Amino acid sequence: MTDTPKFTQSRRQFLAGAAVATGAAATGKLVHAQAAGPDPAITEMQPWTQYLGAGVDAAPYGMPSPHEAHVVRRNVEWLTADTVSSVNFTPLHELEGIITPNGLCFERHHSGVAEIDPGQHRLMINGLVDTPLVFTMEDLMRFPRENRTYFLECAANSGMEWRGSQLNGCQFTHGMIHNVVYTGIPLRLLLEEAGVKTNGTWILPEGADASGMTRSIPMEKALDDCMVATHMNGERLRPEQGYPVRLVVPGWEGNMWVKWLRRIEVGDAPWHHREETSKYTDLFSDGQARRFTWEMDAKSVITNPSPQAPITHGPGPTVLTGVAWSGRGTIPRVDVTLDGGINWHRARMSGPSFDKSMHRFYFEFDWDGRPLLLQSRAHDSTGYVQPTKDQLREIRGVNSIYHNNGIQTWAINERGEAENVEVG
Amino acid sequence: MSKSVELMKTLTLSTALVAVTATLALAQENPAPSRDGGFGLGRAALPEEVAAWDIDIRPDGQGLPVGSGDVWTGEELYIDNCAVCHGDFGEAVGRWPVLAGGFGTLDGDDPHKTIGSYWPYLSTVWDYVHRAMPYGAAQSLSDDEVYAITAYLMYLNNMVDDDFELSNENFLEVPMPNEDAFFMDDREATELAVFSGEPCMENCAESIEITARAAVLNVTPETEEEAAAEPEAVVTPAAEEEVVEVAAEPEAPAAPDPELVAAGEGLWRQCASCHQIGEGAVSRVGPMLNNTYGAPVASHDGFRYSPAFMEAQAAGMVWDDEALTAYLLDPRGYIPGNRMAFRGLRSEEDAAALIAYIRAEGGDYE
Repeated sequence: MTDTPKFTQSRRQFLAGAAVATGAAATGKLVHAQAAGPDPAITEMQPWTQYLGAGVDAAPYGMPSPHEAHVVRRNVEWLTADTVSSVNFTPLHELEGIITPNGLCFERHHSGVAEIDPGQHRLMINGLVDTPLVFTMEDLMRFPRENRTYFLECAANSGMEWRGSQLNGCQFTHGMIHNVVYTGIPLRLLLEEAGVKTNGTWILPEGADASGMTRSIPMEKALDDCMVATHMNGERLRPEQGYPVRLVVPGWEGNMWVKWLRRIEVGDAPWHHREETSKYTDLFSDGQARRFTWEMDAKSVITNPSPQAPITHGPGPTVLTGVAWSGRGTIPRVDVTLDGGINWHRARMSGPSFDKSMHRFYFEFDWDGRPLLLQSRAHDSTGYVQPTKDQLREIRGVNSIYHNNGIQTWAINERGEAENVEVG
Repeated sequence: MSKSVELMKTLTLSTALVAVTATLALAQENPAPSRDGGFGLGRAALPEEVAAWDIDIRPDGQGLPVGSGDVWTGEELYIDNCAVCHGDFGEAVGRWPVLAGGFGTLDGDDPHKTIGSYWPYLSTVWDYVHRAMPYGAAQSLSDDEVYAITAYLMYLNNMVDDDFELSNENFLEVPMPNEDAFFMDDREATELAVFSGEPCMENCAESIEITARAAVLNVTPETEEEAAAEPEAVVTPAAEEEVVEVAAEPEAPAAPDPELVAAGEGLWRQCASCHQIGEGAVSRVGPMLNNTYGAPVASHDGFRYSPAFMEAQAAGMVWDDEALTAYLLDPRGYIPGNRMAFRGLRSEEDAAALIAYIRAEGGDYE
């Protein structure tokens, strides 16, 4: 990778290259590759063709093929002092569609995974309510529930990239996100059950884990689309995602989605707790800090090719794909460039388009074997267009840590290898 | 005054966003119906239940219990409970949070966001120390102890003198240096319009050059390519081989009672926040515990033990069954002044199980 030639490409050179590639494809019939000899994968009997496989109960809870053992969450050890208060990353480059499998949803814990006995779990609502209430899990399952698909993105996703390209792989640069179908009770119903007093303008959800996670959320959001979720992708929440119950705060930064939810207090002012003062505030270059930056701005990333998923097949038909999302709505459009932003193409959106959910895009092209500079640019349903990293830096500086939704660039060399770079 | 204006701005902004998104949300769901007067589910919370859980503190002091603590008491508590991660003076060990100093760094290249330089409200310190610290023994400090530690943290940040005593009475009197440096989310005004509109699609630049590369830093974790190339076999009938191996070992120590070890593994979770054991174990917050059972106290090179542990070592103390059991049952009572933030196991049975687990994982001194 270190011997990659310096990439400089003018518009004219790029257009010339594209013309050559198109011309070759247009001149005649398609020519398929010829095999030097018979393929043993065909001519020789494979063991699985001959011998019996495992019976139905060999894996009561099914697992992926052992050939997919590399598809796992990974952490970056040097980022944090200890894995108990740390983060790992969703392997976006190995995933398709819009749903993140439960076992691959990134983890962020502040005091490790609380392992909760659901029989001993209670949800309390107190504060400025007519009747402070306590619910068991059984009580909760008797409320009407809804199914909705939402992305959850950590505010610090891409936070290591503010000062320039750092981590080589979309798992590490963009993997603090997952997209899940939640089954849960609209929070509105639980608040109505307790009866919010007229001066109740904020809520403070609190976790049962050893960090006692708390965040202040305005009542408008709580009554609008927040959910108290018990299930993800059809099964109970995983312990690391807040089993037996978590808060869902659609479109807003992941830290607010309190896991292991045990209490919701209603109040008349924000609490300004640790995770909304010391952390999750955006420090600007002048030393001032922006607070309460809840909505996640529209963002996208190309997942293939990318540093962990290089092009291995050489020139010819190539599938480029990626994901996009916005905390303010849907993603009707993603643009893709192969030349670092000189010319852009509309990507093809594929799969369901839900409000505040991840969207999948594709761009199919014939690679001519020359270096590429790949970028994607999301447009959300409010008309917001994903900015470049430099546009963000111009306003916020580089000390922000949080909310980096700038356009990501992957440089592809002649061998198809990809690297995290920045362009100008 | 300024706070209420800020709040109103927030509410107005949120209301506007709600209006935009509510219609879109319908695409996913027919809303679950409310019921007039509620569903009658759940039960009324008792006052003592609310009191047990409602421990949050607000900047205006709401929620603060009656109590007090001074800087000197706070220093002792801090050294015992906090310094192992945060350093004796709040300077931090490794990548644990820095708690003190950092003044004048927020607008520089290397900002240090400490309690003194960054945190806008003192109530946040009290609330967080009380609910989540010490790390691995949350909510084990008394109210007075939290006041004292908070007072010491104020002292470390030059906010008060060493004779200061913090209480619920004077809590709001000392200003936080950086309170006014926070402003409400203003992206709607400063960014949304700038980042909207039809962007350039063709001939948007004359040329593009790479200006930064991740490979230069080379800090990305190694991905295990071999994991992809050579998947582990699904089923390995290794049980037989293992039996043979154990039998062939002439002087193998008696295998620990598997049930005891299993019980100890469950208990180990309380230790694992700070200690590692087994292959690859290293000292982190607490020392790694390989080669510990039967070893002299404080025997792992490179770990900064408390003076109390160094004294015990000088006195010739050894981690035998009796000492370990006594220590695990009452860490602070058995070796006063040590830094382990753990209240102790509940029973001798638990201690026996945990010791069995530690030994099974490689804890025996060689």
